[in-house]
Parts: sequence; C-alpha cells; structure tokens
Amino acid sequence: MPFGYVSPAQAMRDKAEYARQGIARGRSCVTLQYDGGILLMAPNPSSALHKISEIYDRIAFAAVGRYNEYETLRKAGITYADITGYQFDRHDVTARGIANYYAQNLGTIFTENLKPFEVEIVVAEVGTQPEADQIYRITFDGSVTDEPGFVAFGGQADQVSAVLKDRYSPGMSLTEAFAAALDALSTSGNGERTELAATQLEAAILDRTRDHRTFRRVRAARLEELISESRSDGPKAAGAPEAPSGPATGPDAGRADRGGGLGGGDGTPPNPV
Amino acid sequence: MGRPTSSFADFLASYSPDLLPGRVPSVSPGADSQALRDLPHATTIVAVACHHGVVLAGDRRATAGSMIAKRDVEKVFRSDEFSAIGYAGTGSVGIEFVRLFQVELEHYEKMEGRPLSLEGKANRLAWMIRGNLAAAMQGLIVVPLFVGYDEDAGQGRIFSYDVAGGPYQEQRFHCIGSGSVFARGALKKLYSDDMPVGEAVLAGVQALYDAADDDSATGGPDLPRRIFPVIATVMADGFRKLPEAESEQYAQQVVQERMSAPDGPLAPLHVAS
Repeated sequence: MPFGYVSPAQAMRDKAEYARQGIARGRSCVTLQYDGGILLMAPNPSSALHKISEIYDRIAFAAVGRYNEYETLRKAGITYADITGYQFDRHDVTARGIANYYAQNLGTIFTENLKPFEVEIVVAEVGTQPEADQIYRITFDGSVTDEPGFVAFGGQADQVSAVLKDRYSPGMSLTEAFAAALDALSTSGNGERTELAATQLEAAILDRTRDHRTFRRVRAARLEELISESRSDGPKAAGAPEAPSGPATGPDAGRADRGGGLGGGDGTPPNPV
Repeated sequence: MGRPTSSFADFLASYSPDLLPGRVPSVSPGADSQALRDLPHATTIVAVACHHGVVLAGDRRATAGSMIAKRDVEKVFRSDEFSAIGYAGTGSVGIEFVRLFQVELEHYEKMEGRPLSLEGKANRLAWMIRGNLAAAMQGLIVVPLFVGYDEDAGQGRIFSYDVAGGPYQEQRFHCIGSGSVFARGALKKLYSDDMPVGEAVLAGVQALYDAADDDSATGGPDLPRRIFPVIATVMADGFRKLPEAESEQYAQQVVQERMSAPDGPLAPLHVAS
C-alpha cells in the first residue's frame, strides 16, 4: 500500500464533510406552496446578486452556497431549459427534467473533482393546479428529493425547517405563506430571532394564474407591504382572516422586472401557419 | 459548462447548428429552386409609429405561387414584452426565425437578469437574418420588420431589414412584403406625426386594405369567414395583441367606409398652410 493512500470511502466522507461545512456557513433559503403558486425567499443583502431566479415559464431556481458555483448551475439550467423548449415545445420543459440534469452534473462533479460544489439548490415548478406543483431539492452530491409543500435548505436548514413545518398548511394565502417564511428565516441557530428588513430579503413567486412566464420578483414596495402585514398579524396569524390578495408583485414590479408576458392570451405567440 | 456569451443563437450554432433556421442542404448551383420559391409565402406587414408607441399589423394571406396557400396565417408576433416582430417571405423559415428570436431575447434576459436594449435586439435580429443569406440565395427568403418601445426615448421605433441583415431604422412608418408598395402609398397620405394609437391602427388597416386591393398576394378583411388583420401595439405598458373582436371593429369600419368610397379616404390636394 503506497504511502498516503486514502480509501474511496474516506475520500467521499471527506468531500461530503467539506461541502457540508461550506454550506453550513451560509444562510438558509425557503420555498413553499401557497394557494396561488409557489413562494421562494432567502435572506440576501444584495439586490443584484440573486439567489433566486427564473429558469423557464413555470420553473424557478433557488440556491445557497458559493455564488460562483450556483451561478454556473443556474446558467446551465437556463440553457438546458431553453434548448429543450426550442427543440421540442415549451410544454416539454419540466422541473423533473431540470432536477435530473442538475443531479447528473452535481453527482459527476462530486465524484470526479477534488473539490465538490458547496451548493444546495431547489427547482420548483408551478402547475395549473396545486396538486401539480413540484419542488425538488438537489444536494452537493447529486441526491434529489421531492419535497411536497415546502422545503428549507442551506445553513440552519433544520431549525428553519422546524419552524416552517409548524407554520405551513396546504392552501395558505400568499400573506400567510410570506409570514411563515419570514418567521422561519428569522430563526437563527441559537434560538434567537433576527428581524429581517426588506433590504435584507430576496423574494419571488411563481404565479399560478399567469400565462407564459409566471416568475415574478417581489420588489421593494410590495416586500415592505408583505413584511408589515405579516408582522402586524404576528406569528399566530395562520388562521386569521385573509386580507384581499392583490396582484402579487406590487405596482412597480410589472415594468421594472419585465419578467415577460402580460398575462392573457397575448403572452404566448399564436400558433403560426 | 461555462460559456462566455448569453446569446442563445450563438450557443445553438456551437451545440447543434442544424437547429438554426434556414439550414438547407446545399442545392447545386443552377439547380431549379422553383420548388423552394413555390413554398407558402407570407405577404404584407405594416408598422406605424404613434404617440408614445408603435403599431404592427399584418394581413392573413399566405400564397404558394399563384395559389392561396392559407387564409388565416399569422405573421405578427410578440418577441418580448416591449417589442414585436412580423415577417414577409417563406412561411416555414419565418416561423423558425420568430421562434429563435423570441428564445434569444428571453434567454439573454434570464441569463443577465436584465433585457437587451432595443438596439441590441435589432442588431441581434440583423445577425440572425444574415445567417440565412445562403438559404435566401436559393429562394428561402425571409425579411422581418421589427418594432419596439424605446423606454429611454419614450417612443416607438421601427427597424427594417434586407436579406443580408440590417437594421435600418425607419421614421414614422414602414411596410414590407408584396403589397408594401401600395400600403406605403396609402400610409403616405394617411399618416400624421404623433397620431393617437387608435388612429395609427386605423391607418394601418386602411393601408392593408389598399394593399389587398391591388396586390393579389395580400388578403383583405374576410367578412364571411371572419378573418381580420392581426394587429399588435407596443406602448409604455408593453406588448398587446388586439383581441379578435377589436381588430374586427377596425376592419368592419374600414369596409363600411369603402362601401361608399371604394378608394378610401380622400387626401387634400394641397398642403394645408
């Protein structure tokens, strides 16, 4: 046996340990279903370097870990989705396909590279019905799990997940889902709470009712509004009567984010010839 | 995995060039390309700048040689939230161009987190059309007409192309396709600067009527079958395709007027001083 031999089992354990430690240093991110779609939220002081972004018409991406690594994955996912949709049809791009694509890539990187990716990602797809919604979590080694309803991942995933499990109920409104997500993300490891301001948050939704591109960022004004609504209702508000849920993205979002379709039939190109 | 460009078409050219539009097996020089020339062709498109926006409208006819190939073809499309594209020429290649262009704009927007500038979009389209030059030489000619809302200037802009690319920025109005000479003549007499959008739409429909009047390849409003021009507007609030009922109203109005004045509205003989 040559000097310095490391068994494959040990090498894998070391890599996994390394990746886990890298991810644990960062914050958490949550993704959860509400009656009108899927909400994705993460603490993020930057308004330009996103953790959450659009992949395709009904599919979003959220990631924690090293920015350069998940940015590579995000771009690869968009390319995969666009080429699939161009080759076949827009309906043929699915979250399952993208999750598998990420799993293959992350699995290969984990086994073949000396340094594994220190990332954890979630691919979410909003269906036309809540039952058709899909949330997949893909870890640094390429494992995929199907997460029904909600998922918390990243740094303090366990604590955040515990709060979310408590607060989550199927068919909750956007305000309730937002309050639950905010409550979960405000929970830090030692049981203390850190109040998150709008400038420290990044949030986006996949809006079930929209045609064509459903991804919308929740911008500053609407974010403030949702935060104050969830604070005023307090953590026990899960069963409280729901304020009328307006357009999810606030007045500034439609233009500023220019996520795509105007909704209605004009969003998709009509069938030519 | 990483690549330096955010262009979908560039990626396609390296990944699978066969998927680019207009890639035909080369026909030996001098071969009879009559078959290609007899493919269904889309005909007349008009673009009219208006107050804080632009109108794009097209007739519904496709011709194959001297035959009518299709009566209800659509050749005006949403390219993204703030632009629209129409094409004249070979239908099958045109459809592929529109599809690729739509993905190109959306892909860039998702990769970079912001949309291309209007000039950027127009230049991108020129590059794509130039790529089709070899196919155009064999008869697969496609010429687009591109319009968009320029957010910085707060006005609509029109870009035209030839088979080798472009773009040429057009002032006020522009027409392409077999009926374009007649449509342009009509618009010359009907257009005034800074028209309200409704009047610009009406001018466009009048121009299409005149094109259909004198060009056999352009279809007029088809009252018995209820087939009317496709009309799109691009304004500060984005792309909007007029619903069928609305374009019917415009078409019916023009047809009714022509019952008493078959040649349309009369322009004054002298310039008002």
